Amino acid sequence: MALLEITDMSVAYGRIEALHGVSLTVEQGELVTLIGANGAGKTTTMRAVSGLRAPSRGSIVFDGKDITRMKPHLRVLEGIIQAPEGRGVFPGMTVTENLEMGCYARTFESKAQHDETLDHVFELFPRLAERRDQVGGTMSGGEQQMLAIGRALMARPRLLLLDEPSMGLAPMIIAQIFRIVSEINAQGTTVLLVEQNAQQALSRSHRAYVLETGNVVRSGPGRELLADPAVKDAYLGVA
Amino acid sequence: MSTSDTPDATSAKATSAKSTSAKATTSRPTSLPPAGRTPVAQRPHAGLGDRLRLWWDALARPTQWAIGVPFILLIAALPVIRPPLLTTVGTDFGSVMAQFGMVALIAIGLNVVVGQAGLLDLGYVGFYAIGAYTVALLTSPDSPWNLTDDWLSNDWAWLACLPVAIAVTAISGLILGSPTLRLRGDYLAIVTLGFGEIVRLLADNLDSVTGGGRGLSQVAYPRVGVSEEHPNGVFSAGNASGTLNAGVWWFWVSIVLIVIALLVVGNLERSRVGRAWVAIREDEDAAEIMGVPTFRFKLWAFVIGAAIGGISGALYAGQVQFVVPTNFNVINSMLFLCAVVLGGQGNKLGVIVGAFVVVYLPNFFLGRTEIFGIPIDGNEIANYKYLFFGLALVLLMIFRPQGLFPARQKLLTYGRELYVAARAAARKVSGAGDGSGRADAVPAVDVATEGDAR
Repeated sequence: MALLEITDMSVAYGRIEALHGVSLTVEQGELVTLIGANGAGKTTTMRAVSGLRAPSRGSIVFDGKDITRMKPHLRVLEGIIQAPEGRGVFPGMTVTENLEMGCYARTFESKAQHDETLDHVFELFPRLAERRDQVGGTMSGGEQQMLAIGRALMARPRLLLLDEPSMGLAPMIIAQIFRIVSEINAQGTTVLLVEQNAQQALSRSHRAYVLETGNVVRSGPGRELLADPAVKDAYLGVA
Repeated sequence: MSTSDTPDATSAKATSAKSTSAKATTSRPTSLPPAGRTPVAQRPHAGLGDRLRLWWDALARPTQWAIGVPFILLIAALPVIRPPLLTTVGTDFGSVMAQFGMVALIAIGLNVVVGQAGLLDLGYVGFYAIGAYTVALLTSPDSPWNLTDDWLSNDWAWLACLPVAIAVTAISGLILGSPTLRLRGDYLAIVTLGFGEIVRLLADNLDSVTGGGRGLSQVAYPRVGVSEEHPNGVFSAGNASGTLNAGVWWFWVSIVLIVIALLVVGNLERSRVGRAWVAIREDEDAAEIMGVPTFRFKLWAFVIGAAIGGISGALYAGQVQFVVPTNFNVINSMLFLCAVVLGGQGNKLGVIVGAFVVVYLPNFFLGRTEIFGIPIDGNEIANYKYLFFGLALVLLMIFRPQGLFPARQKLLTYGRELYVAARAAARKVSGAGDGSGRADAVPAVDVATEGDAR
């Protein structure tokens, strides 16, 4: 059984429907990517999964449990953790305080477990350890992105939702972030990734879906889609 | 800051992290300082405020009380001592301090809503009014719901009504909050502004219940300390002359209530509730997807803020023994907000100072004809108080946008313990003659070297 199963989901903003019956699945342990142009509905899908947007039709099933109408903060308890688009770090909190907020709802049983997870995050992002006392709002874009991912990891996600982690970052930092995403996935965390950076995302993901104006138009293993002429044409800028 | 200077170390880490994490489950890298335990002592401390705060936080609880209690007693004694320059001329210093006590309580309550949870409430005076009217309706002979004839002893009616006032305002906070807290920012501000006006207009127009514009008189007050000199007790508005007048007594009552409110609010701030409020204030969506039930905590902030406002209203009704709708107009909401913004949103002690400034300064000038030998027209200055508050706010926004006493967040999980540890560390560091050394570069170096070693 799939960990996340979205069936025929539509989401509307007022009278404008942004998603028209999207279906997708994420298996346990997979790294699944959602690519698409601006306005294709990628972020809307993410917000529907994390619960910030209620679908108008269809269902979302997580680990066999229907969560379509579940409140976002309860989904966190189930283990669906999102690192939001535009990073969404708490600007006035320090790095450490931001990370502490990550495990606000999913608390640790013991202090040792807490320290262990924190050390793990600092290992993945040494930059965060260096800047642990810096206020979130004063960090660079790349650092904020690292912090957003690190904060999500503090909740020990069963499903990690990453919304455009590469947005607005320098190529070198994008590569670094993607390496770490692969690493997180390799350590056993299921990841649903939304990206515009198709090259990087597709080459690293097990499977991918291509969204176009609110519909899934293609899906398949990441490398296969990378070779698909239509995808190449639309998203990779090479014919 | 660019991250490009260490991508190699990071990638080396990333590729080796799988194996290190397996190791980390058995033994933590000891070179890393314990998680979350280092920051405060090593933060550069900007100014006097930070130093004072750190010093205070590092003190043991009994020591804090040992310093705090005499300090509070000193403030309580101010209207008795009546220091020469500080004492107001135009109005009795005791009543000014009583008024300060009420506004301070309001500022503490409003600070929970505006400063802690970041919800702009422009109709806070509504809760103040509800608190005052609850007491007045239950104890004024003009009111159809007067209970002092039946089962409320007139001597203790005020005290008995205080918890009722708290409960009623808390419920009104719940009633206002549950539909409106789904709104954000400007929309919430407008709706609350409307609420404040609705309460006032209701009081003004429900003639049969609230007495309309005539108001309700002879509200109950605690009848204690009855003597020949004070036939109605020391809390009576009749006790208007002398040093120990009613104002001073009410000021003392408000000090007790302020201390209780501060203890409650302080404990909430340090708890998970406080952390949730800060997260909501900073980014509501992010807080929600961190698992914070934002709506519930916003409602809590509203209810607690409202209840504290209600206490202040009850104080007002008891002290003045007379409530009329005009006392609860929108300008008062702004004045309360002014106290919070002036003092420093989110800093519960700062907003008390803000309340003092807002209440005391106009009264300081009232009736004063000279200051340090320079002749001034104090009444004229006091008349323009809103102009001066406006100017003060504009200047504040330019030079000190977070208020006179900006808040620092204390939200680390192991709060108090941490500060004590930090204090000890700070002492050690300053003993070694290196107060400015920031040690937080050290762990990063350790991580890097460990990564290389693998």
